[in-house]
Amino acid sequence: MAAGNVVQGALFTVMVVRAASLRDDAFEHELARQIARSPRFFQNAPVVLDLRGVENLTEASEFETVKGKLRELTLTLVGVQNAQPAQLEAATEAGLASFAPTSGGGQARAERNTPPLPKTRLVTEPVRSGTQIYARGSDLIVTAAVSPGAELVADGNIHVYGALRGRALAGASGDTAARIFCTRLEAELVSIAGRYLVSEQLPPGMQSTPVQIALVDDQLTITRN
Amino acid sequence: MAKVIVVTSGKGGVGKTTTSAAFAAGLALRGHKTVVIDFDVGLRNLDLVMGCERRVVFDFINVINGDANLNQALIKDKRHDNLFIFPTSQTRDKNALKREGVERVMEELKQQFEYIICDSPAGIEHGAITALYFADSAIIVTNPEVSSVRDSDRIIGILASKSRRAERNEPAVDVHLLLTRYDPVRVAKGEMLAVDDVKEILSIPLLGVIPESESVLRASNTGTPVVFDEESPAGRAYLDAVARFLGEQREMRFVTPQRRSFFRALFGRV
Ligand SMILES: Nc1ncnc2c1ncn2[C@@H]1O[C@H](COP(=O)(O)OP(=O)(O)OP(=O)(O)O)[C@@H](O)[C@H]1O
Ligand SMILES: [Mg+2]
Repeated sequence: MAAGNVVQGALFTVMVVRAASLRDDAFEHELARQIARSPRFFQNAPVVLDLRGVENLTEASEFETVKGKLRELTLTLVGVQNAQPAQLEAATEAGLASFAPTSGGGQARAERNTPPLPKTRLVTEPVRSGTQIYARGSDLIVTAAVSPGAELVADGNIHVYGALRGRALAGASGDTAARIFCTRLEAELVSIAGRYLVSEQLPPGMQSTPVQIALVDDQLTITRN
Repeated sequence: MAKVIVVTSGKGGVGKTTTSAAFAAGLALRGHKTVVIDFDVGLRNLDLVMGCERRVVFDFINVINGDANLNQALIKDKRHDNLFIFPTSQTRDKNALKREGVERVMEELKQQFEYIICDSPAGIEHGAITALYFADSAIIVTNPEVSSVRDSDRIIGILASKSRRAERNEPAVDVHLLLTRYDPVRVAKGEMLAVDDVKEILSIPLLGVIPESESVLRASNTGTPVVFDEESPAGRAYLDAVARFLGEQREMRFVTPQRRSFFRALFGRV
């Protein structure tokens, strides 16, 4: 039998998970959520661990732990990338393959291969008093009114096609470039990346008008649309 | 198919019990066999408003607990053959309303009645949630003031998330706004919210506007649902609302200040 029949080359798409992000509880949570959303896509999916920027993981047992952790998430760890010599030795001992650094320095690539970006969250019903909507890692679009006592939170931008009478917090995990847009400003509170204005601080001239709100020189700035 | 209608508001004292009694009587007058249930366990107001407090033997909780059967507890109204009252207990608290028990009673009532009106307690706790849980339709009783509108908004949200229809992904509970204790004169002075403001904030269809009227207090003191009082503006407004609920078109009355007659202006309120 010719070797060519036994060993064939093939190209696969493999997910890359950055080891640095694994330290973050929120990351694990987010990954689990992504997987729950499309379980078939992730079922037993092969994963390469990118070790860039990580100093520990120099013992085979540590790789076993990571392997087990990913296993719980239905992912199969097959190899490592960007490993330092000591890490590579430990990884090999744990039965993992070494993958060449991907183009673009691994970082950008890893970014793209982490779970697909959540789609913009779209809400078409009025948001009633007492409800909170959180668009994690994405923009939030509401095509109805937001009542007083309701709260919108988004890591990205917030758009309200209707009266904004409750609270709106954009850039909730620190994105200072996030903005809030609404067709009628009557908010109880607006906030971008932690800076906020309460109702009585909103310029009276902007009341009930269509506006956008952005951070300019660290100041919440409201302009009429 | 029997229809379960919850009369709810979040806020207390806005007119739920008055509305439950009036609506049930109105539906009965229109020829529909109707029962009105008191979910306000521990307070027991409905039987007073319906004027049957001295005929209560068994109650809702007795039936849930299997101590009495449904027909022993149902009280037939003396004024109308189509109208029945299902009183509640004054000695128990709202936690006695076990969901499975309520479900069983509801199923049994559906065999006998066309409309089942549930008079909800105030608040958003167990009692109010149990009252709205089985609803097909909801009447959101709202007064023209900010806090009442806010609480109505909250309860509409709860209907959309915690009702059985929501839990089972069935078509949503259809919600109707009923604005009560409306005083057009005070609205004109800016002391109360106007119909359109409330409609705009809650963005649900308006079933009716019930004017503030002394006849309501008189009706509840004599234990007569206000729709039986033909002179009462509130009674007529409730009958209009019932007609709209049944799919008829009726013009909204009592929403603009009435021109005071010459004599009325001269002699003051009569
Ligand atoms: N249209 C009206 N005009 C004048 N008074 C009214 C009107 N509607 C209700 N009321 C009065 O308001 C008071 C409260 O009404 P009711 O008991 O129906 O409210 P409720 O919402 O059931 O209260 P609770 O939350 O305590 O159960 C009563 O005294 C009643 O007579
Ligand atoms: Mg009541």
